[in-house]
Formats: sequence, structure tokens, C-alpha cells
Amino acid sequence: MARAIAHDEQGRLLPQAGHGDSDIHDHGHDDHGGEHPTSTGLNNVKVLMWTFIASECLLFGSLISTYLAVEGRTIPNTPGPELFDIPYTSVSAFVLLFSSLSMVLALAGLQAGDQRQLRIWLFVTAALGLVFLGGQYYEFSTFYFEEFWLDKNFLGSSFFLLTGFHGAHVTVGVIWLLALWLYSLRYGIAPEKSLLVEISGLYWHFVDVVWIVIFAVVYLIPYSRIEGGGH
Amino acid sequence: MATTTQAPPRVLRRPVEAPSGLWSWLTTVDHKRIGVLYGVSSFLFFLAGGIDALLIRLQLGKPMNELFSPDHYNGFVTMHATTMIFMALMPMSVAFFNYIVPLQIGARDVAFPRLNAFSFWVFLLGGLIMSSSYLVDAIPNQGWYGYAPLTIREYSPGLNVDFWIVGLQILGVATIAGAINFFVTIINMRAPGMSLMRMPLFCWMTLITTVLILLAFPVFTIALTELLFDRHFGTTFFDSTRGADPLLWQHLFWIFGHPEVYILIMPAFGIISEIIPVFSRKPLFGYAAMVLASMAIAFLGFGVWAHHMFTTGAGPVAYTFFALSTMLIAVPTGVKIFNWLGTLYGGSINLRPPMLFAVGFIGTFVIGGLSGVMHGTVPVDWQQSDSYWIVAHIHYVLFGGTMFALFAGIHYWWPKFTGTMLNDKLGQATFWTMLVAFHVTFFPMHFLGTAGMPRRMSIYPTGTGWDFWNLVATVGAFALAASVWLFVMNAFISLRRGEPAGNDPWDGATLEWAIASPPPVYNFARIPTVSSRDPLWVEKRSEETAVELGFAPRRAVAVVADPVEARVHMPNPSFWPLVAAVGLSMIFAGFLMPWYLGAFPLITLLGIPVLMVGITSWSFEPAG
Repeated sequence: MARAIAHDEQGRLLPQAGHGDSDIHDHGHDDHGGEHPTSTGLNNVKVLMWTFIASECLLFGSLISTYLAVEGRTIPNTPGPELFDIPYTSVSAFVLLFSSLSMVLALAGLQAGDQRQLRIWLFVTAALGLVFLGGQYYEFSTFYFEEFWLDKNFLGSSFFLLTGFHGAHVTVGVIWLLALWLYSLRYGIAPEKSLLVEISGLYWHFVDVVWIVIFAVVYLIPYSRIEGGGH
Repeated sequence: MATTTQAPPRVLRRPVEAPSGLWSWLTTVDHKRIGVLYGVSSFLFFLAGGIDALLIRLQLGKPMNELFSPDHYNGFVTMHATTMIFMALMPMSVAFFNYIVPLQIGARDVAFPRLNAFSFWVFLLGGLIMSSSYLVDAIPNQGWYGYAPLTIREYSPGLNVDFWIVGLQILGVATIAGAINFFVTIINMRAPGMSLMRMPLFCWMTLITTVLILLAFPVFTIALTELLFDRHFGTTFFDSTRGADPLLWQHLFWIFGHPEVYILIMPAFGIISEIIPVFSRKPLFGYAAMVLASMAIAFLGFGVWAHHMFTTGAGPVAYTFFALSTMLIAVPTGVKIFNWLGTLYGGSINLRPPMLFAVGFIGTFVIGGLSGVMHGTVPVDWQQSDSYWIVAHIHYVLFGGTMFALFAGIHYWWPKFTGTMLNDKLGQATFWTMLVAFHVTFFPMHFLGTAGMPRRMSIYPTGTGWDFWNLVATVGAFALAASVWLFVMNAFISLRRGEPAGNDPWDGATLEWAIASPPPVYNFARIPTVSSRDPLWVEKRSEETAVELGFAPRRAVAVVADPVEARVHMPNPSFWPLVAAVGLSMIFAGFLMPWYLGAFPLITLLGIPVLMVGITSWSFEPAG
């Protein structure tokens, strides 16, 4: 039973991500209480995250397909892509992309044992996510006042469901990062628990990558069709 | 760092003895108990869906029957299909995933026991919410395929469609969460030596099913979300009067819907591939071909969806492509059938009830497969589309296929689940009644279909020539119910005074038969090391050889070691999965309630903090 107690002590740092829910193998000699061997050598939680991301691809893929199915069939005299402000959205896309860099720096800081670097970059990442969300809020409200909204036409329906669904993912990511940041301020995160940050990073990078696709497919392609480039 | 300053974690005490009582079931994270929960609840839903079927057959028993209103009849048709597919067949397969997969791969539990509990509670709540539509007389009545624009608010104003959307969204979350869990379990939790190509076929089929779920269900989730938004937030995804494409729903639905058919049949293939070798006393013929054929079926399954839409006018190019891809699937399916026959060939066949169901499966499934290829042919499909032929086909593959295999699995693994045997005579009676009743019910539907009887028709006129075969089908349906009743009796008799089964009543080949029935909480006192595809057979045979040669037998799968001595460390029970499941269900169920806060349903808003509390507490409690 001594091992179980040792686990509780180590387990205090978010045990579910440390060695997964799956801390149930004995493997006799394995007494260090850290990572347990898995069939592939990959941590369970990491495989879970990749599997989840694979499934998420199909969620976003279906939304993007819906958008593509209706895109180009705009009804005359209803608002559409001519409202897109490409320079504005490019800046917020850049903000989101830069947050992937800060995420990498946070993980690198943790792995180097530098708690200060971890905290700074975690906070920067979350803050950049918040800036992106603020930008999306501003963009949505602009569109709303220009009569482009989800109940106006099907282009609006698919645009706002897709970008809104992505915004919800960014929101979840920001909450996750802020929770990690608060946790690291209060308790610190041990370098051998870097998986905690790595998993949230996987999610965060995925959400960023999806935005690149959305930006290209939803903003740039329809916009390029408009003669004279809009505004 | 500052770990010592952390507040003491909130956690339920780890049970010392074998736990019992309602509380222990509500907080269990044991894959075997969750398997039992899945099995029992899905069987109850199976009975509910069966009652729907009997009501349908009562209505169709004679022409001009006015027993039920067309509205209620439509409800029974929709709920029969929805219940059977999403609340009976799939979760019953998941019950086997839960109970059997960790045992077969030599693991102590699934990769994420609490996520597993969460999946079950979400499934149960989703099923109950869907079924509660009966209580408020708002049974979903639009068909299980929910074709939009018929289902947008303008044409389906009641709560009926909302119950269907909300129920399926919740069930979908359970399914995806479960699939992720079993994918990781099979990829990562195999015992030493159990390479992928040494896995029992059932684990392979589970793995392929999880991949299908992970890639197909998200599409359905999005389609349902779009429909939900159309009905509640004024979007126009499916409103063809406002320019939407009326076929968008059909595409999204069938891109999910056809792989769904394979999600239903793959676990059945797995069960059959376990039973036939054991009861033929021969290793499975063509193991690698079986695995590759299943992968081919799964892959091709994503490229055939438009064969459900041959009457939509898609044009010759699309027709040709989808007809060819549909027929192509018959090739790997045929490979599987011949491998089962190859296993049977020359085997010493033991016709106990599991084997009877398995052999019955092969016969009925081949009939269903052949009628499937027939309406994969476009001109034939134009004749058969929306006729009773289709009803015959779907029941040959889903009842004659999946359900026969699930009954085979129940009879096969029952001794492992309960520690007692099912009565052999009653099992034989169940099988023969079911087989005969099945064909009496569903074979005449081929005749009805070719005679022009449309499906989903609540009242048919006299003088159509359909009366006789409809009456036969109705009689058959009640005989089917009798066969299910025989099984239920058998189950109760076995639980009360069944013969003790022992560890290995069938001379099984796989690891689950090496341990006690029912297995101890920790499954394996020592994790076994695997060196072949049929580890237990190899071990038993080499043991016998050792005795013959006068050596001391040495078993690799030890079951006697004291678990404390072996330092087995099992996860704590937890009620946070249940809390999270309630929160998640509230988020969706809010759309069924009349209370709103601005544009948002009140219960939905209340569900978000409940879900967050559940997930947060779950994250911070020690798992081990």
C-alpha cells in the first residue's frame, strides 16, 4: 500500500493528466510512481488528445463543408462577404498565430524548470486568446449592425455557426490556460508534469490551425471573388 | 513547489470489500460494472423498441386498421428505429466492449475509467430524455433519418423533433467519449506481448468501430446542431424557401448514416469471430485477411453514402460511382463470410447455443447482404426505394445480423458475466424460435416490397393483395417476442439457480477465460504475458504436454496471487462523472423546457456551471 500513498502525494498535481486515469498497472518492479509503460510508449492522455483532435477535424470539416455548399450562392440584395474587413481579420489571425509561439515558449520554460517563464508565457497566451475573442466580438457586432447575422440568410447562418463554434473553442482554451496559469501561481507545476501544459498546448495549436483554414476558406476565397476587392 | 499547502482533496473513500448497494453503482468506475450497466439498460431499451415494433405490426396486421392514429404510428416507427439503433444495439455492443475488451487484452480497466462512467451516465440520461417524449405525448414522428426541411419548425412545430435532436445530441456525446476511450485502451493498454496482430478479432472490430464512430458521429453532431439552430435561433441551413439546399441534410445525414451501419455490424463480426473458432475447436481461418477485410469495409463505408439518395436525381456520374463503391463492399464482406466457413470446415463443431446463434447469423446476414447488393444497383433501387423490400433488408442485416450476434455474445459470455451457466435446452429453444420467427416476420416483407407496398404507411386499403403477408409478418413478430421472452426466463433461472460455470466452460482461447467468473475487481492479479494469437489454448495445450512429459506445468496467467501482495492499485470510485453527465444533459434538455432567459433556455445556462463543477472536481480528485 506504500505505493498508493506515494501516488496520492504525487497525484496532487492534477493526477488525471499526470499518468492518466489509467494508473492501474502494477508491473511489479515499477516503483517510481511516474509514467507507466503503455503499449505504444505514448502517454494515454496524449493519445486521447490526438484522438479527440481527429474527431474535432470532422466537426470543423462538416461546418466548413456546409459553408462551402452555400458559398457562392448568395442571394442578391443581402449582405455577405463584401462586409469582410480583411486587414482587420488578418491582424486578429496574426494575434492568434502568435499565441501558438507563446504557448511553445511556456512549455519550453516549464521543461527547462523555469517557473517564471512558464507563468509569463501562459498568461501571454491566454491574453492573446482574449484579444482574439474581443476582436471577434467587435467584428460580430459590426456585422450585426450591417444586417449580416445568422438569421438573415444561409451564408450568415453558416458563417456565424462556424466562426462562433471556433470562438467557443478559443473560449474553452482561454479558460483552460487561465486555470493552468492560476494553478502555476498557487502551486507551481513540476517539470515532470509538463504533460499538463503540453496537452493544453496540443489543443491550443489545433484551434489556431483551424483558424488558418477558416480564414482562407471563409474570408479570403469569397472576398477574392468580389470585384475590386470590396472596401 | 508548494504542493504541501494544497487543501485536502475531496474524494470518496476507496472501498475495501467488494462494494454493493445503489451508491456503489452510481460511483463505480469498474469497466465490468459499467459493462453490466450498459448491458441491462440497453436490453431494457431493446424491449421498449420491441414493444414499438409490436404496435407497428398490430396496426399493419389487417387492411384499413384504425387502431392507432397516423401520427402515433409515425411516432412508433421513428422511436422503434431510433431506440433500436442508438439506445439498444449500439450500447449493447458497448456493453461487450466494456466487459470483454480489457479482459481480452489483459488490462485491469480501460484507459480512462471515469470517462467511461461519464459515457454511461450520459448515454442513460440521453436515452431517458428521448423516451420521456412518450410521457408528454410528443413522440418524435418524423422518421429516424429526420429529413430536413420536413423537420424545420415551420413543418414540424411540436416538441417531437426537439426531443429527437436533444436525445441524439446527448447520446452522440456518450458515443464519441466512449469511442475515444476504447481507442486509447486498445492502442495503449495491451498486455506485454499482445501485438496488434495478436489481438482477438473482437478487439480488432472494437478498434475499427471506434475509428468509424470518431469519424462519422461528428458529422451527425453538426447536422443536428444546424437543425437545432434552425429551430431555435432562426438560422436557415435547411429552409429551402429561403434559398437553402434541400439535399444538404441528406448528404450530412448519410455521410454519418452509412458508416453507422458498419458501426452496428462490426462488433457483431467481432463476436462471431470469437465464437466460431472456439466451438469449431480450430483457430480462426485467415486472421490477417479478416483484419484487412474489416479495414476495407470501414474505409469503403465512407464512400457509399449517396446510395441512400439514388432517387434524388444526382445524375449518372454520381450514380455510377456510388453503385460501384457499394458493390465493392461485398468483396471484403465475402472474404469474411468465407473465412468463417473456412474456420468451420473440418472443425469439430459443437452446437451449443452461442454457436447456433453464430451459425444462424452467417445464414441470415448473407441473405441481408445479398438484398443489399441488389438495391445497390441503381435501376433496381428505383423500384425498391421506400418499399417494404428496404424494411426486409435492414432487418436481415440489423436483426438477423447484429442482434443474432449480440444474442450469440450474450450466450457465450454469460457464464463469465454471472458465474452461472444458461440452460442449454432453453437456449436452443430460444434460438430455434427466434430463427423461425425471424424469417416468418421479415421474409414476407420482400414479397410486400416487390408487390409495391410502401414503407412507413400506417393504413393500407383492402384489395391490394398485401393482406396475407402482412398478417404472417404480424404473427411472426409476436413469435419473435416469445423467443426474447424465453431468453429473459433463461436469464432469470440462471441467476437464481444456474449451474456454476467455472473459469472456462467452453475451453476458450482468449484471456478472459483464464480468470474467475465473474472476474475479480482487478481482473488479473499479475498482468499476463502473451506470445500467441490464442494465448489460453497455447497455454492449456502446452500444460497438457508438460504433464504428459512429466514436467511441472507452469501457467503464465496466474489468478491465485493475492492482489495486495501483487500491489494492485485500482482507481477510486467517483461521483463527478455523474455530476458532469447531468450538467451536459441539462445543457441540451434546456431546449425542451419552456423557460427562457432572453434568447437562451434557462436550464441550458444552469447546466453549464454544473458541467464545469463536475469536470473541475473530476480533474482535481486523485484518480488512483
